[in-house]
This record gives sequence, structure tokens and C-alpha cells, in this order.
Amino acid sequence: MERYFQQEIECASREEIVAIQNKKLVEQVKHVWDNVPYYRKKMEEKGVKPEDIKSIDDLHKLPFLSKADLRDAYPYGLVGVPLKDCVRIQSTSGTTGKRVVAFYTQADIDLWEECCARAIVAAGGTNEDVCQVSYGYGLFTGGPGLNGGSHKVGCLTVPTSSGNTERQIMFIQDLSTTILCCTPSYAAYLGETMKEMGLTPEQIPLKAGIFGAEAWSEEMRHNIEETMGIKAYDIYGLTELSGPGVAFECSAQTGMHINEDHFIAEIINPETEEVLPDGEWGELVFTAVDKKAFPMMRYRTRDICKLSREKCSCGRTHVKMEKPRGRSDDMLIIRGVNVFPSQIETVLLEHGYQANYQIIVGRVNNTDTLDVHVEMTPEMFTDNVGEITKRQNELVAGLKSMLGLKAKVTLVAPKSITRSEGKAVRVIDNRKI
Amino acid sequence: MSVKQISIFLENKPGKMCEMTEVLAANKINMRALSLAETEGFGIVRIIVDDVYEATTVLKDAGYINKLTSVVIVELPDVPGGLNQILKVFAQAQINLDYMYALSSETSKKNAYMVFRVDDHRAAETALAKAGIRVVTQEEIASL
Repeated sequence: MERYFQQEIECASREEIVAIQNKKLVEQVKHVWDNVPYYRKKMEEKGVKPEDIKSIDDLHKLPFLSKADLRDAYPYGLVGVPLKDCVRIQSTSGTTGKRVVAFYTQADIDLWEECCARAIVAAGGTNEDVCQVSYGYGLFTGGPGLNGGSHKVGCLTVPTSSGNTERQIMFIQDLSTTILCCTPSYAAYLGETMKEMGLTPEQIPLKAGIFGAEAWSEEMRHNIEETMGIKAYDIYGLTELSGPGVAFECSAQTGMHINEDHFIAEIINPETEEVLPDGEWGELVFTAVDKKAFPMMRYRTRDICKLSREKCSCGRTHVKMEKPRGRSDDMLIIRGVNVFPSQIETVLLEHGYQANYQIIVGRVNNTDTLDVHVEMTPEMFTDNVGEITKRQNELVAGLKSMLGLKAKVTLVAPKSITRSEGKAVRVIDNRKI
Repeated sequence: MSVKQISIFLENKPGKMCEMTEVLAANKINMRALSLAETEGFGIVRIIVDDVYEATTVLKDAGYINKLTSVVIVELPDVPGGLNQILKVFAQAQINLDYMYALSSETSKKNAYMVFRVDDHRAAETALAKAGIRVVTQEEIASL
């Protein structure tokens, strides 16, 4: 039987959801106009006044915010309440430019943790569960978000944070952890390590995992589910909007329900900025209608995604987003072709390799080169050089048909690619342009 | 009757072979024969050792992927035409040879030992037996 953390809102009718969104949006626009001069200026430049926004039908009139705005306004320019009302910041692990620093009031934290609690309950969590949070704690939102959600559900929370794999496994075994929260690459690594230790899925007490904060494929999900004997649920979020829990997967596992009472989603054409109908791929844009300390209005996520409002078997009514096809930040342009690491991962898993890979992009004689390093596995190794080379060539052909590009495949020793205990370093771009 | 050869995956990079032999040396494992097959990107090292279980265990613990393969080891007179005699037997029996390499002996100066990887090692052993040529067993390796 499906369980809900906040059934009334999670299963509300479309009319109820729209009514809530209309009311909250009008209030939030006024709040931002009065308290965030940076955004007010943007509205004025676009000739929009708070009274022009009467319902979500007027959302498209509002100006966008992007990562560039966050940089310009760093650190306090987009804060919507006096600092005395803020109780925390979180920050992104961004590798380029200024870090994003997001602010929270206590109410903002509560609603964020409630979103995470909805995700945990959707994954089957109750107050009888032992929930191990192996996301990093600290500035990264993963640990604090799921930790708070786990408390709200009433799970026995094990705040291991990331790293120290042996200790992670010791706690899973000794405390009979039933729910694991971490990045999918770390989940795969934990699974691999437990398998090496000789643990069968039956000997692992876990029943569910909530994995997010990086791109992962369906094949990777199956591998993780099989190795640990669990059901693996996806979770989506970004620091700008609070953290994990903006959207989460239910038992149907066919997309993630967006917590629409807090976040209004739109899909736009990233070039023309025009709003696209449900079912079309485009850039995901969110308006946070409840958060007061860091009120993101029409924030461009850079995630390429599509929405679906088809009835879900789990009973939840909130719109579902598909797993993002890629992030335009992750997107590589190689010889003029758009390449997402997730596409490469899909091909690797289809060909029997593990998702332990690294993409190395270079430039030789003004031409981009793509080298995919893949770890050899006991299953793929044979004494026959010809057989290994044949499989290698099949992989090259598979990549060619997926990407439309010729890649070089290099087989490397097992565990030679550094495993992330936070986020995976999948791409090394050596091009000097 | 066949002997187990250990095949090990290595990256084709400076120092990789040295790191692997370091593991064997640290565990006092003596290699009786070794052959290396390499491509541009990777290599397969094939070794014959006295104690297969011990060697594969230390290699696995050190993170090396390895597989066991059946090979046929033949003792042959160390004279001109010695190898040719054996290959004739294989040729007549239509046995295809994948690769071969030599094994060193501490005790015999008159005889040489060759390691053969063939498509059908059982057929190879039968053909050799018919021709009166003895193959080396796993147990004998330590005493060669």
C-alpha cells in the first residue's frame, strides 16, 4: 500500500494545486518586489509590476534568473529577508566561478526537510526504518537535506556522511540499515565493495536507496538494485532551490514528482526562452513560491528535461519530471557535437562494462579528441587478446552510433579511476582554447 | 592433465609490469614461465607458477584481474628439430595453436619445456599420448 508523508497535498486535485500556486505566486512576487532590489530592477526593465501577476498564467511575464545572476548578486544580492531571520546557508560544490551561496529561514529549512521526508516515505520509509545518510554533510545540501527528512519521518538516522567505506558497511550490517541515501556513484561503489566482501543481496539488510545529486542511467539503477537487493529511487534538487527533494521518485519509478506546492516548474526552449508544452524536451525552470530567504524566480536550471501530467499509479497528483537528459553544464561540445556523459555511461553498461569511466577530451592539430577510459572487470576479462579487442571495437561502434563521434576506448586497471565519495569526476577536458 | 596458466590484465604503461612482479616477489612466488601479449592500450601477462591458488589469491588481493586458462606443457629434447616433432603431432591432428612460449627448468639441461595454448587441449593431449610424448602435470611443475 502506498504511503504518503503529506497525503492531502501530495494527492490534491489539479484545481487545488493550481489554487495554492496562484495564491503563493502572487504573494511571492510582491515579497520579491518589496525585498529583493536586484529582481525588482529586472522586473522594471521588463516592464512588469507585481499587479500584473494575478495567477500562474502570468508566470511567463516574469524575468528569468540564471547562474550568471547568482554570480553578479553574490553573496547577499538575492536574499529576501533580513539576515537576522536567516538561520543557515548551504553552498554548491561548483567548480567554476563563484560558489552559489543559498540562504534559509527556519521555515525554508522546514519545507525543504518536508520535501525530503516525502521522498523517504515514497521510497517506503517509516519510523521503523534505519536511514543511513551517506551524502556529504556540510555546505553540500545532500547530507543536511536527507538528514532532516529522515528526522521528520522518524527514522533512526545514521549520519555517516560520505567516505570511509568500511565504516559505512559496518554500520549497514551492524545496525541493519534499511534505507541508504547517497550519490549513485557511491552507491555503486558500496555495492561493489560488499560484493567483493562476499555479501549476497540476501545478507544485506538494505531495502531501498535514495540516490541523487548526479546523473545516472537506468542500467546503473539495475546494477545497484541487483548487487544490494534493493529498490533504488531517484531524487532531484539543487542548492538554489533548497537542495534534494525538489522532486522525487515514487513506487512507479517513471519520473519524479515535483513538489508543486513549493516549486512551479516550466520547460522552456533554452534559445528562444519560449515556454514549451508538457511532453517536450527543454530547459527546466523553477519558481520557488514559498521560500522567503532565497526566493528564486523563474530560475533556469540548465537541466534538459520534460514534464508529464499523466495520472500516476502511486496516487500522487504532482507533475512528474523525467530524469534530466543532461545538464548543459555537463554537456561537452566535441567536434561540434553535443555529448552528455550519461550517454556514454548508457553505452558502457549496454556492452557489459561497469559505470566506472572517465572521459578525456583533448585537442590535436585543431581537432577535438575523445578518449573514454573504462575499467576492466573480471567478467569482461579473458586470456584472448582478440576477444578483448573485439569487445573494445564493439564499444567504439556503440559510442559512434550513440554520439555520432568516433571515440578512442582505453581499457584501464580495476579501481584505477578515482571513485568519488561525493560527486564523480567523469570529465577531464584538456583542451586549451 | 593440463596445467593452469594465470592470465593477468595490465595497462600498457611504464612500471605496470614492475608493480605486478613486485607483488609476486613480496609473496615469494617464483614464476616458472612468462609470456606477454600486448596491444597499444593493454597487455595480458601469462605466467606458470608452482602454486596457482596462492598466486591468484595474492594477485586478487592486490587488485589484479586474472583468469585461469588450461595449457599443455611438453618436455622435449633440446636438439634441432625437437619442437618440430611436437608441432607435427598438432598439425596432423588438426589442432590449432593460439600461442606458445618456453618454460625454464632448474634440473634438466638436456631437455626443454614448451607451454602450448591450443584450441582443444584435450585433443592435443590425446594426440601427444598416441605419439608417445609425455605432457607435464600440474604437480610436476614444482620439481622441474
